[in-house]
Amino acid sequence: MKKRSHISILSAVLVASVALTGCAGGNSSSGSGGNSASGGSQQPAQTQSGSNSGSASPADGGVIKIATQTPLSGNQSSLGDAIKTGAEYALNQRKEEFKKLGFDLQLFPQDDQADPKIGVSNAEMLISNPDVYGVVGHLNSGVAIPSSVKYEEGKLVMVSPANTAVKLTEEGKKTVHRICARDDAQGPKAAMYAKNTLGVKTAFIIHDKTAYGQGLGDQVKMQFEKDGVQILGYEGITQGEKDYSAVLNQVTAKNPDIIFFGGLYPEGGILIKQAREKGYKGYFMGGDGLDSSDMIKIAGDAVEGVVFTSVAGDVTQTEEGKKWAEEYKKTTNKPLETYSVYGYDSMNVILNGVLEAIKANGGKKPTREQVLDAVHKTKDFQGQFTKVSFDDKGDNINADVFIYKYDKSKSNFVGKAQ
Amino acid sequence: MLLNILPQVLVDGLTLGFMYAVVALGYTMVYGILEFINFAHGEIFMVGAFVGTEVLLITDALGALEGMNPFVALFMTLIIAMVLTGALGVLIERVAYRPLRGAPRLVPLISAIGVSFLLQDVVRFTEALARNEFYLNTPTLFTSSISLGGIATIPAKGLIVIVLAIVMMLALTLFVNKTKWGIAMRAVAQDRSTASLMTINVDKVIMLTFLIGSSLGGATGVLFAQNYGTIDPYIGFILGLKAFTAAVLGGIGNLRGAMVGGVLLGLLESLSGAYMGPLTGGAFGAEYKDVFAFSILILVLLFKPEGLFGEAVKEKV
Repeated sequence: MKKRSHISILSAVLVASVALTGCAGGNSSSGSGGNSASGGSQQPAQTQSGSNSGSASPADGGVIKIATQTPLSGNQSSLGDAIKTGAEYALNQRKEEFKKLGFDLQLFPQDDQADPKIGVSNAEMLISNPDVYGVVGHLNSGVAIPSSVKYEEGKLVMVSPANTAVKLTEEGKKTVHRICARDDAQGPKAAMYAKNTLGVKTAFIIHDKTAYGQGLGDQVKMQFEKDGVQILGYEGITQGEKDYSAVLNQVTAKNPDIIFFGGLYPEGGILIKQAREKGYKGYFMGGDGLDSSDMIKIAGDAVEGVVFTSVAGDVTQTEEGKKWAEEYKKTTNKPLETYSVYGYDSMNVILNGVLEAIKANGGKKPTREQVLDAVHKTKDFQGQFTKVSFDDKGDNINADVFIYKYDKSKSNFVGKAQ
Repeated sequence: MLLNILPQVLVDGLTLGFMYAVVALGYTMVYGILEFINFAHGEIFMVGAFVGTEVLLITDALGALEGMNPFVALFMTLIIAMVLTGALGVLIERVAYRPLRGAPRLVPLISAIGVSFLLQDVVRFTEALARNEFYLNTPTLFTSSISLGGIATIPAKGLIVIVLAIVMMLALTLFVNKTKWGIAMRAVAQDRSTASLMTINVDKVIMLTFLIGSSLGGATGVLFAQNYGTIDPYIGFILGLKAFTAAVLGGIGNLRGAMVGGVLLGLLESLSGAYMGPLTGGAFGAEYKDVFAFSILILVLLFKPEGLFGEAVKEKV
């Protein structure tokens, strides 16, 4: 009895897998129109290198998938979901445009759970899928850096809306791009703002031991030392813990003018709450990791006066941006987070690259390498919020750093950090 | 300057340490009787934190929390959380451990690890369904703080943690030493088969052990949520690991040892977090506090493998 059921399950699985590979085989045929019913072909799908000329008609150019990889679950999902939603919004607006050219444009959202291991295994999956032409992602530099190794293998272009770690583009990978500023811009500008505008003379630096947090903390520390701001302490905390009194006791003893925290809002919110409970009166400043509506939920009233820099500006500062934000909220039914518009712009950078590549390929489905080249050459592309020109490393030479300040209910745009 | 903060560091260390201590009791009780580590205990603590937070959030949503005396609210929350987590502990024992009682000791350990993953994801799933997010902020019942002569301030919530933890430990000690069931528990710990010949219902005693240990863990969860204000489904992992460490440090299977071990570990963590950076000139900062605390643990176990209070004679619980 038992044995038989095992066999039946096995055979069912086998049939299903054959059917699936059949499907994949079907998809890989690049519009060889009349040649339908290639369902049974067991050949693994291959990217078309545009070499088979002639028979392809643009009417069924095939599927073009653009992936997003951000945390969609876990405690950073509010930022991750904002990026995904922004990218989705951009993609949906341009579906028609691609349909006219004969392509079916699809979003392929992935959840990297803010975990490097999962990011890498998702990346493996993405490069093995020939329909995937680009990735918008990630949120975390610590995830992006190992995942980009895989993208490089698969010549899959990545445009990051949010990764600020310097290392990401310094490793010489051609596939890696970002539209936001780097930490080595964010950190020093944050430190200059603290010294020149807030007038601090002493500082205590705390980081969360991640590539992002410690990187930012180090940059700030260097700039403070350059500008003669005294560093009273430099400490790391563990992500996920809820009790930071040990470090905060050091802070209250030394009473610095400012605490600079390199890290994210789940820890940042608890830190400022517990610091205020201990009677700390000075400034609390961080990077864009503190930029989330959840920061207010976690810190409560203690959030008031918290300053953060962000590589992301506030799209609603201009009339035209306000209009865009309204439409975004209406269409997506999601709150506007700062990174929504960056997800949107990143997606458009990729889509423009894909379009260029299609043109260069005579209207046929391009190769990934052609898309990569086109995206890499992006110059003076005016997105909804960011102007994008990639330098050779893949950094955006037009990226700015901005300052925000929380009141009890929201964060307010202060201005560009000079 | 460094000495100025010492009282405050000690207060914070004690608050953390007493929490470790109560959770450590749960590990130690189960080990004393069944000789296996109930690794799901940290997650029972986490469930307690969530139950407590949900009770307060729901009461608040009904508008009943505003006028309520904070102590009444706290005890209501504690009792609900203790009942539910106690029941959960008994259920876990019935479903995941009892069928494996005759199996090699590693088997229930694996089962326990499975249960702990299950609990993490069940909580994550239900909270995500119910509230669309799974890290919650607990309504704080006590916002005042007491100044200790200007050298340290102790928040009321921290004081409550310490006082309640001590009360729970005293109650447990009295229970184990003075009541009939307590004596039965000690008998089962000492020799299960002989105890059952002496008409002690071993199954009931084991159930009771899980009931008490888990409800204490659940109560600590409530206190944790009150004290730190933010919880997520993963808080049980780190805290459970440290409480387990505390139990080993004190001598696994020994109630007094678990209490002392917990307080000691909390103090060690707090002291190393506050002083390691300044004392080593920044070479080893607060991020190494766990390394430091666990190095001490290893040292203690090298010289006293049975833990601080563990006796070579198997006089457990």
